[in-house]
Amino acid sequence: MLCNICNKNQATVHLTEIVDNQMTELHLCDDCAKKKSIQMEQQFGLSDLLAGLVDYSKQLGGSEKSAVGTQCPFCGLTYEDFRKIGRLGCSECYTAFGRYLGPLLKRIHGASQHVGKTPLSLSQEEAKSAVRSRGSSVAELKAKLQEAVDREEFEEAARLRDAIKEAEKTEKKKKSKTEETGQ
Amino acid sequence: MNLNDLINQVSSWLKGTGPHSDIVISSRIRLARNLDKTPFPHWAKKNDAEQVLVTTKAAFERTAELKSAVFLRLEELDNIDKQFLVERHLMSNEHAVRSNQKALCVTPREDVAIMVNEEDHLRIQVMESGFDLDKTWDVINSIDDQLSGFLSYAFSREWGYLTACPTNTGTGMRGSVMLHLPALVMSRQINKVLEAIAKLSFTTRGLYGEGTQASGNFFQISNQVSLGLREEEILGNIKGVIGQIIEQEQKAREVLLAEHREMLEDRIWRSYGTLKNAHIISSGETVELLSMLRLGNDLGLVENMERGLINELFILTQPAHLQKLENKKLSANERDIKRAQIIRERLKV
Repeated sequence: MLCNICNKNQATVHLTEIVDNQMTELHLCDDCAKKKSIQMEQQFGLSDLLAGLVDYSKQLGGSEKSAVGTQCPFCGLTYEDFRKIGRLGCSECYTAFGRYLGPLLKRIHGASQHVGKTPLSLSQEEAKSAVRSRGSSVAELKAKLQEAVDREEFEEAARLRDAIKEAEKTEKKKKSKTEETGQ
Repeated sequence: MNLNDLINQVSSWLKGTGPHSDIVISSRIRLARNLDKTPFPHWAKKNDAEQVLVTTKAAFERTAELKSAVFLRLEELDNIDKQFLVERHLMSNEHAVRSNQKALCVTPREDVAIMVNEEDHLRIQVMESGFDLDKTWDVINSIDDQLSGFLSYAFSREWGYLTACPTNTGTGMRGSVMLHLPALVMSRQINKVLEAIAKLSFTTRGLYGEGTQASGNFFQISNQVSLGLREEEILGNIKGVIGQIIEQEQKAREVLLAEHREMLEDRIWRSYGTLKNAHIISSGETVELLSMLRLGNDLGLVENMERGLINELFILTQPAHLQKLENKKLSANERDIKRAQIIRERLKV
């Protein structure tokens, strides 16, 4: 088989590309494959891809001017750095560049609200404080949970679910104590 | 446990056991986790990175599943040892190349491996033999829960676990399943399958992980999206897709047996013959031939052979493994000779 690019040399490298969900096969000779791989690295480095997305998000949301010069106060990474390397500098960058990252995350994942697990220590702590601060009964919390679900506020719903579990435990304890003392 | 002990054992995920292990080699889940208010590894100063090593090591020591794990500082390893760990799928190539202030924590069964200071502060990986993402999730979820009690994770209510690269933000989770699909390849249906997978935003990689071409009919399929879905939903989606592919492969195998049995047996026995008799063999040819031998074994055409033995040969015949077995540096030619010798020895009936 001859090389698809130069049509002169024997093809030794067989490449499968997926562009826009279309799969194409390329059969290349050594020389053309080398050229192609350099080209691909230039075109398809992850950071470049991300930079492309970053630019796209900017068209959608924030203006270019406000992004330039934004810097993370904690680690010193600038928005320009992020565009170049495609990596954030620390957890605080997410706050510093928050308004640009929202649209970007949406673009990458098709969503911008986390619904997965929460670090154990955090979920326990927040559930307790929620119960304390509101002093709500299980019934009240359950009503709030339903409202949150209706509004599709899943973050709030997850927090309320944990709070209900905690409140149920507390009520059970109270009840069994009352029974023990025979009152 | 010592690094050199690993060469004499088969990693637990390679045993060739577990659900659908005739088609599924292994199930793997990784979680990306970072420490709060600490620069990510690529942006960290030496002292910050050093502190991450100390903090995480202490947390590992308190985690039940990691009690007997070893903590390897990568600067202390030579290139062959680092490559050896990459070949065993315990860490990425990226982790081996720039090894300053980097570490790997690995259990004696090699089912849990945690890279410290790779792209994220922690890359926790759990692997199981066969198609068993539920068990894999239970193990990694437990480890993650314990670590979250000892470490202050970078987490936001809105965006979940915060990672160096926004493509991992959210659950920080990637689930992947390694499949052996020779019948779909032989019957030229594999491209259709791969195209469909890409449309569902799953990615396909080769046998040796990120950036590798699929070879020897092995395909690693994993989720791309990590935000906006619960962990169980992501894994459920993978399970659904993989279940379909397994069915397709099974059907294709039945058709091959029914309609092209002679051709199939010929290819399988020729592959077995070459493996048993060759004196010089490249790694590429080895993977192709072992793939056919594995198919022959799975179809019951080649009997009296442990699936685990064939699985092990895929790993043992790679460059760093050959050099560790020989205990010295080998040129490419010398490796081809050593590789053929190891295969002949192991396949001796």
